[in-house]
Amino acid sequence: MTKALTFTASDIGKVFAGRTIISGISFSLQSRQSLGLTGRNGSGKSTLLKILAGVLSPTSGGVTLEEGGGEIPQEERYRHIGFVAPYLQLYDEFTAMENLEFTERIRGAGKSRAELEQLLARVNLLPRKADLVRTYSSGMKQRLKYAFALVHEPPLLFLDEPTSNLDRDGIALVREIVREQKNRGIVVIATNDQEDLQLCDSLVSVERPAAGSSEER
Amino acid sequence: MSSPVIVVFLKDIRSELRTRYALNALIMFVITTLSIILFSIGNENASQEVLSGVLWIIIFFSSMSGLSRTFVSEEERGTVMTLQLLARPLHIYFGKLLFNIVLMFLINILSVSLYLVLISSFIVRSYDIFALTILLGTLGLASAATIIAAIIAKANNKGTLFPVLSFPILLPLMLTVINATRLAVDGAPLVDAVSEFQVLVSYIIVMVTVSYIVFDYIWKE
Repeated sequence: MTKALTFTASDIGKVFAGRTIISGISFSLQSRQSLGLTGRNGSGKSTLLKILAGVLSPTSGGVTLEEGGGEIPQEERYRHIGFVAPYLQLYDEFTAMENLEFTERIRGAGKSRAELEQLLARVNLLPRKADLVRTYSSGMKQRLKYAFALVHEPPLLFLDEPTSNLDRDGIALVREIVREQKNRGIVVIATNDQEDLQLCDSLVSVERPAAGSSEER
Repeated sequence: MSSPVIVVFLKDIRSELRTRYALNALIMFVITTLSIILFSIGNENASQEVLSGVLWIIIFFSSMSGLSRTFVSEEERGTVMTLQLLARPLHIYFGKLLFNIVLMFLINILSVSLYLVLISSFIVRSYDIFALTILLGTLGLASAATIIAAIIAKANNKGTLFPVLSFPILLPLMLTVINATRLAVDGAPLVDAVSEFQVLVSYIIVMVTVSYIVFDYIWKE
């Protein structure tokens, strides 16, 4: 970690087709902090996570990311973000290695093939690196998404249901990644799994349509 | 380090070669349509004006059957969010535009070559005008079709919406290229087609500029 990060969400609200999905979500996170987003199914956790990651626009409020005191422009924020979610899809017609090479090149992450292989070894997919992703099980695809998210060593990591589809080894790996991420930057986890929430320093409850509430742990 | 635009373009090329999302549909469309035209014309002596129009009907509908795939396939595979996380919207737009231009050039080279060989009554006398018309027409088609594809990829009735939305937008382009092709078969000197080329270049500039402005909004939500 080089520079201190501050990630701030201010009064975020989202309305879809006249229905308020989330409203009044505010929090601020510094480097080495983690946040858990909890809430019932359909409460808008994933929507909030997409807004925080910049792939959805909020109807009200906004998100800022500051590095070393200077704000990172919105169009540059994607460079600092890693994202893992069950609904995130990688290219099925490519191999695991091809997916990582594509990610590395488009991000300009400057990683060698050996480093990408190390990443695949870390998520236990190196023996299957030349297989098409369409032949992978859902758990293997989830592991690959972690490699995809970590290619550029992002200071800001968003995880939606981080342990879904994973076996015991996979869950242990995710918890190790979260601990490492807390040393490198910020991690935001959307889940209702109590063990995953134990890794978080603070919680935000996402409940529709009332305002979200924040709780220090 | 490659430009993200080139990386998106190369990804689409590799993906297309693996999945044949667009290529098979385009090639089959060109071959089927040409065969039908060949059988229906038979020994009839169709006028050069009609044959110029028929050539661009083939090109128009083949682009309608293939060019939307570049965004629709991302939507169907659920990889839109993956791309949104990886690059700026304009990197994606220009990567997709480049892919559509290359795809359309390949298909147009195939369809024009087959058309010249199979339709013997279609004789081009000014090859400079003809080549420039195909070049600018392809660029115009690809630039319009790319942004329309990005819009319709978010809709439910993708298949019908693409030609419906494209027709009014592409009409000025089609009228101009048909006119320029008619000049090419008439054997007109290059200077006679300058006004057509000015319209085509203006059309391409307008389409790319408008796309540049609106793509950010289309892509995000």
